[in-house]
Parts: sequence; structure tokens; C-alpha cells
Amino acid sequence: MSGKPRLTYLNGRGCMETIRWLLAAAGVEFEEVYLETKEQYDKLIKDGFLLFQQVPLVEIDGMKMVQTRAILSYIAGKYNLYGKDLKERALIDMYVEGISDLMQMILMFPFSPPDAKEKNLDSIKERATNRYFPVFEKVLKQHGQDFLVGNKFSWADVQLMEAILAVEERVPAVLSGFPQLQVFKTKMSNMPTIKKFLQPGSPRKPPPDDHYVETVLKVFKK
Amino acid sequence: MSGKPKLYYFDGRGKMESIRWLLAAAGVEFEEEFLETREQYEKLLQGGSLLFQQVPMVEIDGMRMVQTRAILSYIAAKYNLYGKDLKERALIDMYVGGTDDLMGFILMFPFLSAEDKEKQRAFIVQKATSRYFPVYEKVLKDHGQDFLVGNNFSWADVHLLEAILMVEEKKSDVLSGFPQLQAFKARISSIPTIKKFLEPGSQRKPVPDDKYVETVRRVLRMYYDIKAN
Repeated sequence: MSGKPRLTYLNGRGCMETIRWLLAAAGVEFEEVYLETKEQYDKLIKDGFLLFQQVPLVEIDGMKMVQTRAILSYIAGKYNLYGKDLKERALIDMYVEGISDLMQMILMFPFSPPDAKEKNLDSIKERATNRYFPVFEKVLKQHGQDFLVGNKFSWADVQLMEAILAVEERVPAVLSGFPQLQVFKTKMSNMPTIKKFLQPGSPRKPPPDDHYVETVLKVFKK
Repeated sequence: MSGKPKLYYFDGRGKMESIRWLLAAAGVEFEEEFLETREQYEKLLQGGSLLFQQVPMVEIDGMRMVQTRAILSYIAAKYNLYGKDLKERALIDMYVGGTDDLMGFILMFPFLSAEDKEKQRAFIVQKATSRYFPVYEKVLKDHGQDFLVGNNFSWADVHLLEAILMVEEKKSDVLSGFPQLQAFKARISSIPTIKKFLEPGSQRKPVPDDKYVETVRRVLRMYYDIKAN
């Protein structure tokens, strides 16, 4: 038992990737267990590891945590990435929830039926460009600080950075109308823990491919 | 300006209902502005009140808060319904995550076709009785306390009661295999603030009807083609 948090999920991004980002940004080393077969998943359920029969599962500080948001909130709280008071926490929560809605579209995208892929990609581009990125562009412009909330690195910055990169993978020029976000992206990339996470060999997972989609469908087949 | 929180939403449950429950449970009086027309919504948008162009929106403590989960977390923390430390908060967050997923299946129910409604009803009951209710039944049985977390009334209890009542509206005897939850329901319903909220004339909203669906579709110009799970 190493004392490090242990993540159980598929060998791919999905709902776990944001958790990997946050742990990495906080400089926390973690272990991973990859689900490859339905039998492994069924066994986890049978052995009572998964409170609601779902992954992500993160074993941390003696708890078997499930529910992505609960896990992220706990990590943010524990590693001081959640603002200095209730109002800063409220801002961080609003920002991460908004970004999470955008990320949800990206998460679901590989599972789109072929005839809906183009439409879904357009939606991602539209939402990022018209709904989400303008908000953070404005926040950064208005206070002129390096970080989104309270002039201090927080969960909100990590989640925005993840979202920017994820959208750019699908829509390469998406930041072209957002000079503040371009600067933000560069600054985040240079933060030591994030820089390390962005290097090859880190726990960061590649963009989902067909094999990943196949594995998800196989493991979670009813 | 009354100093009371002000809720901006449709005159119906939707995503705002959990917020109404939590404020009521905390004994906090609140005002409501109901969206009835597209013009009202566009005015809110143009005024820059909606951070991500969406409702729910709650004006509270000088903030215009959006994102249901953020609003609920703020209220829970402010009114001491969020446990005593990080670990209790983690448990509450996990439990609320579960009841939120369950209520999510019910949220879109009114927007479904008649045929899909039957399918969805069965789906809701199946998930409630095989995935969610057993968890809370076991939690209560294992510690034998009145409340889900830390022997103290919390957001998790309010959210679970709300979920139980909503599922019961879809199948009235759904708690028949869950004696702990039956006792829990009776106990939490009799807490004074909750009892008051459950009485006629409170700000609790009724089961969504066709008029509600029409209003949402008209104001948001969305949700015309929702499918069952």
C-alpha cells in the first residue's frame, strides 16, 4: 500500500482525465488500474467497490470515492486549489461547472453516430466560441491577473487549461479570437507541474480513438 | 432590494427545484421571478446576468450565481449543511451526486413522448430500486443514525428526500423494499422547515405539466426532441 491515490478507470480519458489533470497540477503522484474487460468491471461491482456501480473510482485517504465532481472537489479542497473563502469557492464552482458542460460535449463526441459527427463538432465549436471562451476571456481581461480567481492558481485554471487543449484538438484555430486565453494557455503550460504533465511519458491520456470507444462499449455492455 | 435570495427560472421544478428545497430546508426565505416569455429571457441575456446564458440563476449575497451545483454547494456551506470537515463534505458530495443522477432521469420526463414516458418510468424505477435506494438504505442501516452523514442534518438528507418523493410520484409503492428509507422519509418530512415546505401554499412546485413543457420550449427554443434513456 503506497499511500498514493489509486485511480480505477479505462486506459483513456473519459471522466477520469480531469481528475488526472488536477492531481498532476497539485503535484500528487498516483497509481492507476485499467479496466479492460467486462469481467473486471463486474468483479469490482460484486466486491462492493463502486458505490453506484460506476467508475471513476479513486481510492484516496482511506475512502473509495466515486462521482467525478465529488472527487475533484475533495482534491481541490485538500490541496488548496479551491480559493480562500466561500465566495471564491462559489466562483471556482461556477467556472468549473461551465467548463464541465463544454467538456461533456467533447467526452460524448467519439460516441456520436457517424452521421451526427459533423453536427456535434460544429456544436462544440459554436459553444466554445460563443458561450464559454468569451466568459473566461472577459474575466482575465477585467482583472488582468494570471489566474481566474483570487489571483491564485486554482482548480478553475486547471480545468480551463484542459478544456482549451481538448477543444483545440478538434478545432485547431479555436483560440484565434481570444488573446487573453492564448496568454493564459502559455502561462499554464509553463507551470512546473503542468509542464511535466504535458510531457510524453506522463499519466496524461491521448485523445480517444476507436479502440478506446470499443473498450468502453465492451466493458460497460449491459 | 430585500436582501433575500432571488431565483430566476420558470414557474416549475426543473433544475431550480433542488435549490428551492435546500433554501427552504435551511429556513431561508426567497423571492422568485418566473420566466414566461422569450423577451424576458433575452432581456436577462442582454443585461449580462446569465454567465453562460442559462438559468437557473440566483441572486445571493451580491452575486449572480449560475450552475445548479455551484449554487447548491454555496447554500449548503453557508447554512452549515455541508458536514464538519473535508471528509464529511466528500461523503455528502458523493451521495448528492447519486441522487442528482437519479433525479436527472426524471428531469427530462415531461419532455418525452407518451410512449417514451412509459419506457422512462420503468427505467427510473429500475435505477432507483437497484442502483440508488439500496445505497442509502445500507448507509442508514449500517450506522443506525437519523441522518446520512455525521449524525447531523445536511444537504444530502434534503436531496435524498426530494429524490424519494419524486420517484414515488412515478410509482407510489417504490419504497416497499426499503424500511430504512421509509423511516427516513417520515423523519425528515417532520423537520419543521421541511414540513412547512411540504404544505400547500409553499414555494414547492407541482409535478411538471404540458403548460410547463410548452413554456420552457417557447422561452429557450430548445428541448423539442428529447428521447428516453
